[in-house]
Amino acid sequence: MTFSPQLEERFAKMLACYPEGRKRSAVVPMLIYAQDETGAVTEELIAEVAKRCEVAPLQVDEVVGYYSMLHRKPLGKYHVQICTNISCMLVGGEELYEHAKKKLGIGHKGVTADGQFSLEEVECMGACSWAPAVEINYDFHHFVTPEKLNQLIDALKKAH
Amino acid sequence: MPTKLYNEPSPLETRVVSKRFGLENSHTLDTYLANDGYKAFRKAREMTPEKIVDEVKASALRGRGGAGFPTGLKWSFVPRTSPKPKYIVINADESEPGTCKDRLLMEYDPHQMIEGILIAGLAIDSHKGYLYIRGEYRYLIEHMDRAIAEAYAKGYLGKNIAGTGFDFDLYTHSGAGAYECGEETALLDSLEGKRGIPRMKPPFPAVAGAWASPTLLNNVETFSAIPPIIRDGGAAFAALGTPKNGGTRLVCISGHVNKPGVYELPLGYPMLKAIYDVAGGIPGGKKLKAVVPGGSSCPLLKADECDIPMDYDTLAKVGSMLGSGGMVVLDETTDMVKFALRIMRFYAHESCGWCIPCREGTTWLRKILQRFVDGGGRKEDVPLLGELSKNMLGRTFCALGDAAAMPTISIVDKFPEDFEKRLPAANSQLVVV
Repeated sequence: MTFSPQLEERFAKMLACYPEGRKRSAVVPMLIYAQDETGAVTEELIAEVAKRCEVAPLQVDEVVGYYSMLHRKPLGKYHVQICTNISCMLVGGEELYEHAKKKLGIGHKGVTADGQFSLEEVECMGACSWAPAVEINYDFHHFVTPEKLNQLIDALKKAH
Repeated sequence: MPTKLYNEPSPLETRVVSKRFGLENSHTLDTYLANDGYKAFRKAREMTPEKIVDEVKASALRGRGGAGFPTGLKWSFVPRTSPKPKYIVINADESEPGTCKDRLLMEYDPHQMIEGILIAGLAIDSHKGYLYIRGEYRYLIEHMDRAIAEAYAKGYLGKNIAGTGFDFDLYTHSGAGAYECGEETALLDSLEGKRGIPRMKPPFPAVAGAWASPTLLNNVETFSAIPPIIRDGGAAFAALGTPKNGGTRLVCISGHVNKPGVYELPLGYPMLKAIYDVAGGIPGGKKLKAVVPGGSSCPLLKADECDIPMDYDTLAKVGSMLGSGGMVVLDETTDMVKFALRIMRFYAHESCGWCIPCREGTTWLRKILQRFVDGGGRKEDVPLLGELSKNMLGRTFCALGDAAAMPTISIVDKFPEDFEKRLPAANSQLVVV
């Protein structure tokens, strides 16, 4: 498996930054950066990461099952993550999540039929003082109302 | 350019660690150098390692990640003469519900944190650091990669830093979504490419941490406080707070307040003043019901318990914790059963499953609370919730089990009427089973 030149460069640097004989340390960051490019953690990707980090595929596989941001199936092109943890819940996070379900027509970890959007109710993502918070892919949005969420989603639909 | 702040600063703040927030291009090395940057490192270079550690001890700085352990003492535990390499690991896995401050320290003033890391490097004779950032903060990983590259390019990382003959390399490392990885030994397992599961202590990370080498682990805010401490002296920092609770800290105020935000306040700042004056009070003139003082792991305080100074020791005295600085304000309309359920859903989701009391305890507490919220609550569930929680305390490798149990115990003890209200009439008799 090969990745984009930028990612290959990142991986080369990554593998060199840990102590001698400790390439296994790159497993988690390598998986998440690779997933961004491949769309999901496939068996092929697990084997590739295992080879590069000099561990058994099973040692990579067990890691995939542990971290909530690693997915074995592709997400939507735009992954809408809505926090409903305490700070967000107190100021409308749950209502926002219910609204998003209706707006997108999907539930927790669902993907729209056209593959454009996926939705996830997530735990605290560190935006408590600017709640309710939403992260779409890696972009944070703060003080999100249902109207603001509509605008964000509609703008992404148009961009497509 | 990150000069626009997420929230308006308050005139009531004491800005030491956040003093550069809002300056134009505050994230660049040039702005940092023009505003006292690297004065502390140069000073530290002239000091003995023992003197650096003594200065940190004198500052009465306590770990800003949550546990509040005295930082100078932690530094003194690292065997600096060990023949093994010593590592510095920076915990930027900010995940404690209610906490959103490390983000700002990295976004607005990355070089302050880097200078703090370098001073720690001098103190424990370490030349390599790993900045473990939660995966959701990808924009910050990229931001820190740029700041680190700038520091290398201008001679503030790498070989012979600022011409002082000291070498240090710093790398970012991405997490991938796991609250548990904020626990220091689980973080180390994650850094080593494994599932983030807590380790048996001892040995403590100071002796055998990353790759079985001596490792100093501190939170982003802890490292960010080091340059002002060394620059102006530990005593000056200590004097800002109260005895044994030195300096200032970033308090993240969220929930039912008019001006939620992150504010830098001295240790010992009155809690009610923080809520009503700094954060503008409660919307609609509603009454205060409860406060989560320092992140969701802390026992809640009832409104009548909140007339206290916010320092580690006072919070411990009233049976709670200052934690990570995440203060969540709840008004009189808050349904505490629902609140307890949301907290437990979080811990049940995040329990790594390693210790049975935590794995099973959080799951069953979640189920009982869910049943209550769904209208199937039974009178005997209320003491059951308390007992089950108490049975988790102290029976796990890490503090996640306690973190789930403690707020639950406090809610059951302090808000029994909220449970009463949700009891269906048919279930209101206590059944002895």
